[in-house]
Amino acid sequence: MKIHEYQARDLLSRAGIPVPPAAVVETAAAARDAFIKNGLPVQVIKAQVFAGGRGKAGFVRLVKSADEAHSAAEFMLTHRMVSVQTGPEGIAVKKILIAAAVDIAHEYYVGLVLDRAQSGVTLMASAQGGVEIETVAEKDPSAIIRHTLHPSMGLMPFAARNVALGMGLSGRTASVTADILMKLSKFFVQYDCSIAEINPLVLTKSGEIMAIDAKLNFDDNAMFRHPELQAMRDDTETDPLEIRAAAANLNYIKLDGDIACLVNGAGLAMSTMDVIGLHGGKPANFLDVGGGVKKEGAIEAFRILLSDKKVRGILVNIFGGIARCDLIAEALIQAGKEVGFGVPVVVRLEGTNVEKAREMLAAARHDLPTLQSATDLNDAAKKIVAAAA
Amino acid sequence: MSILVDKNTRVICQGITGSGGGAFHTKGCLDYGTQMVGGTSPGKGGTKDANGLPVFDTVEQAVHATGANATMIFVPPPFAADAICEAAAAGIKLIVAITEGIPVLDMVKAKNFLAGFGDSVTLVGPNCPGVITPGQCKIGIMPGYIHQPPAPGKKSVGIVSRSGTLTYEAVWQTSQMGWAQSTCVGIGGDPVKGMDFVDVVAQFQNDPGTDAIIIIGEIGGTAEEAAAKFVQAHVTKPVAGFIAGRTAPPGKRMGHAGAIISGGEGTAESKIAAMRTAGIVVADSPADMGRALVKAAQR
Repeated sequence: MKIHEYQARDLLSRAGIPVPPAAVVETAAAARDAFIKNGLPVQVIKAQVFAGGRGKAGFVRLVKSADEAHSAAEFMLTHRMVSVQTGPEGIAVKKILIAAAVDIAHEYYVGLVLDRAQSGVTLMASAQGGVEIETVAEKDPSAIIRHTLHPSMGLMPFAARNVALGMGLSGRTASVTADILMKLSKFFVQYDCSIAEINPLVLTKSGEIMAIDAKLNFDDNAMFRHPELQAMRDDTETDPLEIRAAAANLNYIKLDGDIACLVNGAGLAMSTMDVIGLHGGKPANFLDVGGGVKKEGAIEAFRILLSDKKVRGILVNIFGGIARCDLIAEALIQAGKEVGFGVPVVVRLEGTNVEKAREMLAAARHDLPTLQSATDLNDAAKKIVAAAA
Repeated sequence: MSILVDKNTRVICQGITGSGGGAFHTKGCLDYGTQMVGGTSPGKGGTKDANGLPVFDTVEQAVHATGANATMIFVPPPFAADAICEAAAAGIKLIVAITEGIPVLDMVKAKNFLAGFGDSVTLVGPNCPGVITPGQCKIGIMPGYIHQPPAPGKKSVGIVSRSGTLTYEAVWQTSQMGWAQSTCVGIGGDPVKGMDFVDVVAQFQNDPGTDAIIIIGEIGGTAEEAAAKFVQAHVTKPVAGFIAGRTAPPGKRMGHAGAIISGGEGTAESKIAAMRTAGIVVADSPADMGRALVKAAQR
């Protein structure tokens, strides 16, 4: 799960990490007032959206007067932001952050990330901040200090001091930074983060250390114990079909191709997308209906696939283990009766109750005129790509 | 021969009475012929489950009364990491955690706890289909009937995979081609887990009952790359493979919590290239895993 920049700032600030003064506004008039109230000569206005590419799209601006703040905010609130990550239709901006711009002496990077290779949480820090850490890792890996936290002790103060000194800091600023690292590490564990990154962490010309931008991601598996984070969930940029699928306990991700697929199991679902690609098609979605899927869930899955107007064909690939082939066949027949398949459907079934499923589908031919059967996954992909062309 | 489990493995189910799959799959394992000897369900100690197996409050009691040496965990996510630790503390040697959705930081702590037991405890999973030695012991949720037990004149393949349904696919294809399976291990789709590819492949290499190996990976992390290096350095048996997720867009979680490409690391291309460099025959299509095995075995 992701949260907005203003929410991340708020959480980090409450955790004791210094951030520049700021306000969140929803109108241009409020942006003007906030500029005056902040009382600083240069401030920055940032649209609060998840999509990246804000700077290039003109949705991050430096402003030097209340009037400039007003007009920048008005622009952002009345124009849809279009960037490489939003698609051509763009997204509407509802909230704007207006924050003090600080005089930067140096930009640092600090971040904690779940580290599979270590089966733990690893702290990364670098004196080369302000750019993506992946870029630093590629160009100059020695510029990144890594320290894996102790699984139960967390980040220990001595280790935090070592990392701060390793970043090239000294004296009081090193102590302040070590303290920020301790607080960020505690925050990571307390809130079940998967990423907690401050980039840049800046040293200002007046000698202060401050978090200017932060990226926080949370472990979806742990959301049950964080109602305060769930309350921050903002689905306005999530595809409506994905929201609908989540409500039906379906694991669905919309993609930009035109061949839909319905599969049981995440690995098989990914492979089904791959095999569509291998035969020259483009997958319209990832969909794992799961082993425990019931008839109603499977029917809803077909409804969701069919409501994507780009879809020109559907590939059903079921290896029945826990999921039963006959249940999927039943859902297919019901969906055919209820909504009707206006597009070709290719079905590949194997595993539990497959014979019964095949008989059911054969008996329901008149309800499913666009249905074809396939012998294996290659055959299925070839057939659906040909039928949807 | 086989790895991890055989006909002598004595298995309990933690969460045996639960609707999370424990009750249903205990019966599935019993029907397959697994020596299921009991289970746990805190608060229900002293009762029997639907199959007449004894139910205990704690794993310690279950081990004491039944001599169990393996466990299959279906405990719900908030309590599952604790269940893993409980099993280890009670002397269970093989822990198979089926539960999906355990908070990752819980697993970080549980793994650290297990490290204190050294090599005497093996964890498989979580978020995995389990382990099966065909004809002898099934611990998990896989459909048993697709597997072929070793038989005279048949070669046996050991299969290790991060994905459940893809494992079934590989089992089905290899069975169709006249192979048996020595043992199939689903290591699970989570980023922090027990056995990884390298651990399982090392056991297959040392198992006289395993003639060849299939490694089924997916996007995210670098475990497949590590496995490829291990194969190149230590494995003399034929190895085939497949990687799921070539068409997955970066940054999106593809069902499994571990299946996400971040920062250019963990792409299907990098894994496939590493595997091919190590001499592994990698199938381009998931429908060709069986054929890739045959090709590897003919080299």
